[in-house]
Amino acid sequence: MNKLLLSAAAALALVATPALAQPTDLLNASYDIARELFDEENAAFIPAYQAANGVAVTINQSHAGTSTQARAILEGLPADVVTFNQVTDIEKLVEGGFVSADWQSEFANSASPFYSLPAFLVRAGNPKGISDWGDLARDDVSVIFPNPKTSGNARYTYLAARAWANEEFAGDEAKVVEYLTKVFLNVPVFETGGRGATTAFAERGLGDVLITFEAEVLSAVSLLGADKYESVVPSVSLLAEFPVAIVDKVVDSRGSRDLAKAYLDFLYSDDGQRIAAGRNHRVNNETVAAEFADRFPEVRLVNVDEAFGGWAKVSEEHFAEGGLLDQVFVNQ
Amino acid sequence: MTRSRSAGEIILITLAVTLALFVLVVPLVLIFSFALREGLGVYFANIIEPNTLHAIWLSVMTALIVVPVNIVVGAALAWLVTRFRFRGRQLLISIIELPASMSPIVAGVVYLFLYGGQGLLGPFLQANSLQVMFTPLAIVLVSLFVTAPFAARELIPLMSQQGTEDEEAALSLGANGWQMFWYVTLPNISWAMVYGAVLTNARVMGEFGAVSVVSGAIRGQTNTLPLQINLLFNDFNVTGAFAAASTLTLIAVATLVLKSILESRRHG
Repeated sequence: MNKLLLSAAAALALVATPALAQPTDLLNASYDIARELFDEENAAFIPAYQAANGVAVTINQSHAGTSTQARAILEGLPADVVTFNQVTDIEKLVEGGFVSADWQSEFANSASPFYSLPAFLVRAGNPKGISDWGDLARDDVSVIFPNPKTSGNARYTYLAARAWANEEFAGDEAKVVEYLTKVFLNVPVFETGGRGATTAFAERGLGDVLITFEAEVLSAVSLLGADKYESVVPSVSLLAEFPVAIVDKVVDSRGSRDLAKAYLDFLYSDDGQRIAAGRNHRVNNETVAAEFADRFPEVRLVNVDEAFGGWAKVSEEHFAEGGLLDQVFVNQ
Repeated sequence: MTRSRSAGEIILITLAVTLALFVLVVPLVLIFSFALREGLGVYFANIIEPNTLHAIWLSVMTALIVVPVNIVVGAALAWLVTRFRFRGRQLLISIIELPASMSPIVAGVVYLFLYGGQGLLGPFLQANSLQVMFTPLAIVLVSLFVTAPFAARELIPLMSQQGTEDEEAALSLGANGWQMFWYVTLPNISWAMVYGAVLTNARVMGEFGAVSVVSGAIRGQTNTLPLQINLLFNDFNVTGAFAAASTLTLIAVATLVLKSILESRRHG
């Protein structure tokens, strides 16, 4: 009986006092389709961390849309790190006081260990000869991308097309609007998310070209068969970042900052970068980028800050009700 | 004796059969054909994948907690509103019904606003290092809420129809309250309780909306079977998703078989 009481007291003490030693587990809240990528990253990180620190750690994963994840963290999901695909959703954590305002300077490349860009998936042999954004406005081309009102993916597509058009028509807004309106009219059906758009294109056979992130395009080609589809990278596209951050509020209360930092640093290591590139993400690490050079054709990238003055401005000017998107999205 | 069917009858029968085929049978068959399309080996490998296995375990454990609690609470509520007349009785009946007529997402959001970090009790919970949201406890809580009416809904009509004569007879013959309940009331309502349990179980296992809000979707910790199916499906892991879906379907089938066995025993 005394033994039982003692162990109960010990268990209580364990629960009641914050652990003095560093925790050996970490929760990574990530975007919805990153499961396999982080399975592989985690499987490589754990032995690397053990070799360096002699501690076996557990990495737990949570996957959902990043707006959902940001909301959950604000409500108490104890994620030590976030690995998102939308900068704006990390900004929500900054506003909530969970992530420090200078998070983008804590890690290299604006805290984006890898990146991608909107690219094209076309049917094998590219029968319609689609090579660049201009082709999407042709009368004989049917285009598939999800609804920019509901899909972050499609917002990148819209902005990338606009960035191309701004250069092509030398900033003539009337021509840009005319071009974008034509592109939107070429979309037979707007799915709510990227997944639905891929299904519409691949399984329902709709459209001549699907626009989504290059990482998705390349995965689709290898998954659905290079004999059926091929990827096309346009001349210019928009940088799509995959931002990462330490959730300060959580790591400070758990004492897990060192582990969280080591984990995110690992994503920038040669091994971490190689895994990301193997999963069709472009990386900045020169050694690894060279190894995967034939997978990723040259492309000129613009970023949202330079081309559109940042995400806050974009949300207000383009995606708000009655904004610039509504001018060209006449068939919504 | 045979009778030729009229054209109208044939059309109606054909319509009904076609409808049943494409609305019920084909989707059910598809679940298993997709799950098994890469062979039995891959099927079982998908099921014993640790995270899927954990999701199955978590869903079953949740049901094992929620079903008994809600059966007992449902029976107590049904007892209260059918055996007693009091002010606010109709209101109570409506409140019992409420969770079933509400969208599950509302249930999830309400719990988040109550127990979440920015919710009513959030600051108090955090000050005491208590985590409710995004733990299995949160999943159990919303499941309790969402399925609260199912047992009572089965019991209330039955108990008000049966009336109180049997129980009054038992009492007048000298039974005490517990004896009356065990030997008179319970046998009368046991069948409705089983039915309530089946419905509650089906809903707990299948609940997606409310659970998705409060789960946090931590793999191997708070991912229930429906969430795991959604995750696998979004990953383009169709075989894995359908393998997980087939276990959910099999659990549903097992529940129904169990119900039929109990039913035949009762009549047999």
